[in-house]
Amino acid sequence: MNQQQKEQYLREYSVLKAQGKPFFPYAVAKDSIMACIVMAVIIAMSLVLGAELGSKANPTTTTYVPRPEWYFFFLFEVLRVIKPPSLVPLATIGVPTIGMILLFLLPFYDRKPERRPERRPIATITGIAVIAAMAYLTYQGANAGSPTAIETPTPTAVVQAGGATRGEFEAGKQVVAQSGCLACHKIGENGNAGPGPNLSHIASRLPRQGIARTLVNPTAPMPSFKNLPPKKFQSIVNFLSQLK
Amino acid sequence: MPRLPKLPAPPLPPPLREPPPRPGQANGKGGPIEEAMEAGITVVDWIDERTSLSGAGRWLLFRKVPKGTNWFYTLGSATMFAFLSQAVTGVFLAMYYRPDASGGAYESIRYVTNEVFLGQFVRGMHKWGSSVMVILVFLHMGRTFFFGAYKYPRELNWVIGVVLLILTMVMSFTGYLLPFDQRAYWATVVGVNINGTGPLLGPYLSDFLRGGSEFGATTLSRFYAIHMLLLPGAIAALIGAHLYLVAKLGTTAPPWQKPVPRSEELHEAEV
Repeated sequence: MNQQQKEQYLREYSVLKAQGKPFFPYAVAKDSIMACIVMAVIIAMSLVLGAELGSKANPTTTTYVPRPEWYFFFLFEVLRVIKPPSLVPLATIGVPTIGMILLFLLPFYDRKPERRPERRPIATITGIAVIAAMAYLTYQGANAGSPTAIETPTPTAVVQAGGATRGEFEAGKQVVAQSGCLACHKIGENGNAGPGPNLSHIASRLPRQGIARTLVNPTAPMPSFKNLPPKKFQSIVNFLSQLK
Repeated sequence: MPRLPKLPAPPLPPPLREPPPRPGQANGKGGPIEEAMEAGITVVDWIDERTSLSGAGRWLLFRKVPKGTNWFYTLGSATMFAFLSQAVTGVFLAMYYRPDASGGAYESIRYVTNEVFLGQFVRGMHKWGSSVMVILVFLHMGRTFFFGAYKYPRELNWVIGVVLLILTMVMSFTGYLLPFDQRAYWATVVGVNINGTGPLLGPYLSDFLRGGSEFGATTLSRFYAIHMLLLPGAIAALIGAHLYLVAKLGTTAPPWQKPVPRSEELHEAEV
């Protein structure tokens, strides 16, 4: 906006304002009605949905799948969708930071005098697209299964063996995903690169017994899995010993 | 002195009506209502003489709101109201809460939920109030965006609004840990670790949030202090600045609203 457009806006606005009504009581009445609606909604949600309290925090559990509050689902989903390690910092910090900076500076790069949404097609379409993307990601995040699920191809040896071996492999994959291994280990494209070693080809470095021993008696800070039910423990060992 | 409007006299037959004051009587003592009114005015005058606040009050309340203002314009005050509700319910929760990671925190929330009179209700209001507040913040921002209300001369108010949005999100992130149940603990561990992957400041930020390199007792008291002392003060102060600018610059008119030309305005006034 140049000086002339600024002055024209201020002039038109002062006329509009002079033709308006006083804040008290007209706007105050509307605001009060809205405040009552907000209060009623909060009270109704509290009465209907309640406030559940889960079981006590236990830093030693390894089977808990963390979920954030629903309005962080879209961020969570961005993190889940982008798996290649080189892109993870981009997803966690890059996208939100760039979004925030763009939001902050909005009035400084959008300086045109036009205010009607239908005459600002770029701004309006961008706004609707961002809202749609956030809604879609929130929906996806809400319906996602375990955010730590492992998506890795089944080795050909296992596919050829078929039957029970394959079933065991899939079961083991589930247990590993639920046990939080991916917080420190990497399996294929899944999980974090550290502090634990990469498990993508662990079976070529460690024999079956070695894997079992490490799970029972690991190096700190990895927790011991000896208290896992024997069936689950066997599944983990079966799964890992197939990763050649 | 401002005069209150007179109520119309009830249609009583003349003998039952109160006689009008005789000359010289009007300056005498009034009834109890007049005395109470007089006392109220005296108190307000006493305060105003020392603070000169009445001008500010008049400026805030009797400023004009432009033509065409509709229900979309109540979203901002609704957000502020949700914040006030959070503040009040939060004070009640703080009366019982203990930021003790070794079990006291969880136990105190369990006590509020199960034992305290209306405890679960107030905790539910605080928990769901945060969702309502986040939704209202986004709706208010959407209205501002689509109506182009962030443009000259209100750029600074938009920036303050974005800071308030971020503080609201940080508020809900820090509040999520406080019940210290499994869900709270693990979501926060993951959240803080995500912060740590950020460039440059990331690792320092997550060390600051954890209160060290390990997630432990200091983390909880740190989140508690941020959630209870730092952020509410910052949010309240910024809401004040936001409101001051709204009152100073005026609320925007809807973008399609054009002022009525002078001639038509006169015509309207006649009709």
